[in-house]
Amino acid sequence: MSEHHVVPVKTYLTIFGALMVGTVLTVTVAKYNFGSLNVLIALTIASIKATLVILFFMHVYYSSKLTKVVIGAGIFWFAILIIMTITDYRVRQNWHIGLGTVEKPIAANEKQAAPQHSNSMPNGGH
Amino acid sequence: MSEHAEHVPGLAHHFATMEQQKEAGTVGMWVFLVTELMFFGGLFLVYTIFRSTYPEGFEYGSFLLSVPLGLTNTVVLILSSLTMAMGVHSAQTGKQGALQFYLVVTLLLCLAFLGIKSIEYTTKVKDHLFPAYTTYNPVTKEADPTNTHAVPTKIKSEVRTFLWIYFLMTGLHAFHMIVGAGMLVALIWMARKGRFNEHYNSPIEIGGLYWHFVDIVWIFLFPLLYLSGYHLNSGH
Repeated sequence: MSEHHVVPVKTYLTIFGALMVGTVLTVTVAKYNFGSLNVLIALTIASIKATLVILFFMHVYYSSKLTKVVIGAGIFWFAILIIMTITDYRVRQNWHIGLGTVEKPIAANEKQAAPQHSNSMPNGGH
Repeated sequence: MSEHAEHVPGLAHHFATMEQQKEAGTVGMWVFLVTELMFFGGLFLVYTIFRSTYPEGFEYGSFLLSVPLGLTNTVVLILSSLTMAMGVHSAQTGKQGALQFYLVVTLLLCLAFLGIKSIEYTTKVKDHLFPAYTTYNPVTKEADPTNTHAVPTKIKSEVRTFLWIYFLMTGLHAFHMIVGAGMLVALIWMARKGRFNEHYNSPIEIGGLYWHFVDIVWIFLFPLLYLSGYHLNSGH
């Protein structure tokens, strides 16, 4: 049976320092444009910061197995929400592109404009 | 050990030991925080789908937000997480004065965050960026020239989508901060009455869990909302 664990002040200060470094890093990196990697970089830094908060500020590193299972299950369920929905969404968009878009009569003043691909979701009639 | 344990201050009668009581409280709080994760999770999902659909509008929308204010709030909130953690430490080591001090500092940082947030919201409404308004003037069919943040017409509706999501997510987060402020007031009041010591301090620990959760939400909101269009500013 573990006796009530008191996290030392030094640990808290170290984590705080790491969180500040992470904050400066995420702002510095955001000044540069890495295209589609921007989100990935931002989320990686934020995830590392969040993990530090969960493990040390929220004492999960020292917590019981039961607590860890509850948190793990929660994050797993959250991953289902995000991954499954995005997978479904992307597949439906490709399905739409594969079938092509319904042709609209072109108005006279639109004839010169470059053809634009509609990015909207397919609606029931197509 | 007798079947009926002698009365320990702070131990509810339906728990056998302080350990068991603390474990039940911690697991219960985490179950609540998981429901909170799902609550915010839906909005993060909305953000992801709309950002992948309207990348340009989201970059421009993000560009309209104030990075200095957002960064200040990030530092304020992480600092408040540290003071909350120090409060938990003080409670666990039985330091009454330090506990009250750290809880009051955490509350002040919470109010500072909300103050900065309200300045941001006021500026956005003044600049016609609150999504219920629009810079588009239906009479002249032109953007309002008095608006300093004129949004390109082509992506106006995309930027409005971003701003709706910005106000929804930061608004829900700010609401959690207000609830947290109420929680801190209650904890300060209990601490002043001397309810907590090195044996009994679960309310402080569980309040701390809530506070750190709100901090984590902001750790994700800051880069996703404020920084995704920051490179437009610096020209790199």
